[in-house]
Order: sequence, then structure tokens, then C-alpha cells
Amino acid sequence: MDIRIIDAAAVTAAVKKLFMDCNYFIGSDIMCALETALHTESAPVAQSVLSQIIENDRIAAAEQIPLCQDTGMAVLFVEYGDKTAIDGCFEDAVQQGVREAYEEGYLRKSVVSDPVFDRVNTRDNTPAVIHTRIVPGDKIRITAGGKGFGSENMSAIKMLTPAYGEEGVKRFILDTVRAAGPNPCPPIVVGVGIGGTFERAAQLAKKATFRPIDTENPDPRYAAMERELLEEINQMGFGPAGLGGKTTALGVNIETFPTHIAGMPVAVNICCHAARHASTEI
Amino acid sequence: MTKRITLPITDEDIKSLKTGDSVLLTGTIITGRDAAHKRLYELLQQGKELPVDLRGEIIYYVGPAPAKPGYVVGPAGPTSSYRMDKYTPALLDLGMKGMIGKGARSQEVIDAIVRNKAVYFAAIGGAAALIAKSIKKEELLCYEDLGTEAVRRYTVEDFPCIVAVDSEGNNVYRRG
Repeated sequence: MDIRIIDAAAVTAAVKKLFMDCNYFIGSDIMCALETALHTESAPVAQSVLSQIIENDRIAAAEQIPLCQDTGMAVLFVEYGDKTAIDGCFEDAVQQGVREAYEEGYLRKSVVSDPVFDRVNTRDNTPAVIHTRIVPGDKIRITAGGKGFGSENMSAIKMLTPAYGEEGVKRFILDTVRAAGPNPCPPIVVGVGIGGTFERAAQLAKKATFRPIDTENPDPRYAAMERELLEEINQMGFGPAGLGGKTTALGVNIETFPTHIAGMPVAVNICCHAARHASTEI
Repeated sequence: MTKRITLPITDEDIKSLKTGDSVLLTGTIITGRDAAHKRLYELLQQGKELPVDLRGEIIYYVGPAPAKPGYVVGPAGPTSSYRMDKYTPALLDLGMKGMIGKGARSQEVIDAIVRNKAVYFAAIGGAAALIAKSIKKEELLCYEDLGTEAVRRYTVEDFPCIVAVDSEGNNVYRRG
């Protein structure tokens, strides 16, 4: 069997580039949605906020500076080909890439060492949260993003039971978005994970925020739910920056997984308009 | 219509500001967020003097990204204000005149704004690169060990924000 050897330095370089790129360059899906929203809004305040966000994102890209000061906690989804081996330690190589991106890329270091007692800044934004799946093949595919906590703090998970059905799922998602209100930097991207177990639902919700918003769930029933939820959220009136308007969300992405006969977990991961993610293949 | 305010803000300025007004601030503001608020609040609880005089000042809830060479500050947008709600009434009662942040505040904060004839401004969350253009100078005041959360004085020119809670307690976020 042929095994492809990948240099740990190549992993570090790829991870470093992903985090710098995603913090400087907003995705074209988000930029298009912001420009569409600018034409949809009629209130002067909503228009003004959207124009400033668009201008901000253009400045960040042109000057290669972070578009938001909260450059986030680093999250990576890794698909690790089973025909590859790393010349070194994969985990260390990833953390080194994060360290170099945040230090050399003028990104904010926002991670503290201990959540309750010490809360001392680690000063290099490590450790990153790494979700790894082993897949067939000889490549490593990485999707990464810096997750800001203004919106992360507004996220929620609930262990619904099967009797709640489609309506119960939608109600929980809408209640979570309504409770978040003006706080998570609307217009937001709503990532939803349904099914699996407690932790799988949460992981799917995060993965959903990393999916471009100009895509839809391949199952037409969930794609319809995405569209319906987006419409209902945009009737809530929070609007850009929470100052009122028709654009509270830019997109709703749902990801699902089979689940237990007794359960229907639903996780809602809210992401701000600075929905930063990038992908690469090694 | 956009109102231009020169800092320090006066009681007349505050009285003239109404919720929803677009405002451009010029002068100096003081930065502070979670960790600095916790320290200041604990000093007040112990009856000790604060390392920074907040009377008459406006505090900006921000933890900037590092400045690239040639820049005064890195991107510096507002952080969510509600996390400071526990500490804000005590600082307003001390004589602080306003806050700049983003998102809704607690009823206790709104009551303290009315009681002290103060004002709460919202800046646009996620417009950090744009907002940084209005920051012309920065000076460290205290808590350097907090890094991005240290307390600094910013000299700003035409810093853009919106009146979110005015001195009569009208709240821009009351909807949904």
C-alpha cells in the first residue's frame, strides 16, 4: 500500500494561510448577500449600517487587516486521508500554524488558559479546537475559521424529543435567534445541527456556519426549512446591527445526522456577519 | 441628520441627544471591557481609589487587534455591552457620562443612565477596520498586563455611533 508522506511544515503553512485569509477576506457569498440586503432595506439607518459593513470589509481586504477585532477562537474541521502520514506531529503542526497566523498576521489573541479560575491569556491564540475525521484517500482537507464570541455566546442546544416534530425544531431555532436579538452582530448566519447525539448536534451546527450561504441542504425538505426560517427571522425586525430593518439574517444552514429512536437534538450556532471560514487541500 | 459632539460631553449635549440620532464624536474616550471592569468594580467595592478617573468620561467597550506597522491602532470595533451590565451602574453613579458598545442593556443600566443623565451609544459591531480609521492616537492608562483588554485613552475624530439609550431612557433595541 502506498502511503503519502506529508511534511508537518506543509500543514503548518496551510493552517497559517487559512487563518490569515479568512480574517482579511470576507467570502463572496457574504459580500453578495450584504449587497442584496442593501437594496432590500428601505430604512436609512439599516442602509447606513450595511454600507458601513460593506465598506469595512473592502478596507480589510485592501489593507490586509482583520475585518473584525475579534479574530476568534480557531476552529478546524479536518478530513484526514487514511493513505497519508505526517512527518512530525499533526496536532502540533496545526497549533503552530494557528500560532504563526495570529502572531505574524496581527490577529487578536483571545484565548485564556483556564475557563473558570485563571483566565490568563495564552498570548498566541492556541489551543485551536480541532475536529478530525479519517476519510479514504491521500489528501488532507481543512476547513477553518475564527469564531467570534459575541455570536458564539448567543448559541444554544436542546435535546428535543421526537414528538416535537418539525414545528418544535423551528420554534427552538426561532426562539434562540429572538433571544439573541441585537447582540450577535446581525445580520447573522444561523448554523443548525439536527440529530446525532448531544455533541454531534453541536459540531454539526458549527460545521453549518462554515458552509457558504449560497448553498442549500441537499434534502429538499431541509432546504425548504432553511428558506422558511430565513424568512421568519427577517420578519423579527432586529435588522443590521440590531437597529431595525428587514435583514436580521443573511442565511440559515442546516446539517443533519441520523439519531436515536428517543431523541431529536437541535443545536443552533449563531455567527455574526463577519462569517469567516476558508478551505484548503494538502 | 448627523450630530457632531466635541468631548468632553456636556450635560447640554447629552440632553440634546435622542435615541436613534447618528453622532460623530471628536475628542478623547477611554477603553475598557470585561477584565478591566471586573478590576475597577472590585476596587470600588473595597472603597479604594480607581487608577483612572472616569468622571465626565465616555468608556468604549473594545479589545483591539494588534496594530500593523504604520497604523495607530489595529481594528477596533465594539464588543457586546451586556457583559458589562453588572458593573456599569456603579461607574455611572461615580460620574461617568456614557458608554459606547453594541447590543441591548439591562433595565438596571437604563435606570442608571436616566438617574445620572448619561447616554449609551452603539457602534457597528464588525465594522472594526472602518472604525479604527477614526482613532488618531492611543495612550496606555493602566492594566497593561491585560493585553488587548488594557485601559487606554483614544483620541478620536468623527468616531461614528448611534444613540442607543438617551438620557430619558428611550431604548433603540426595544423590538422583536
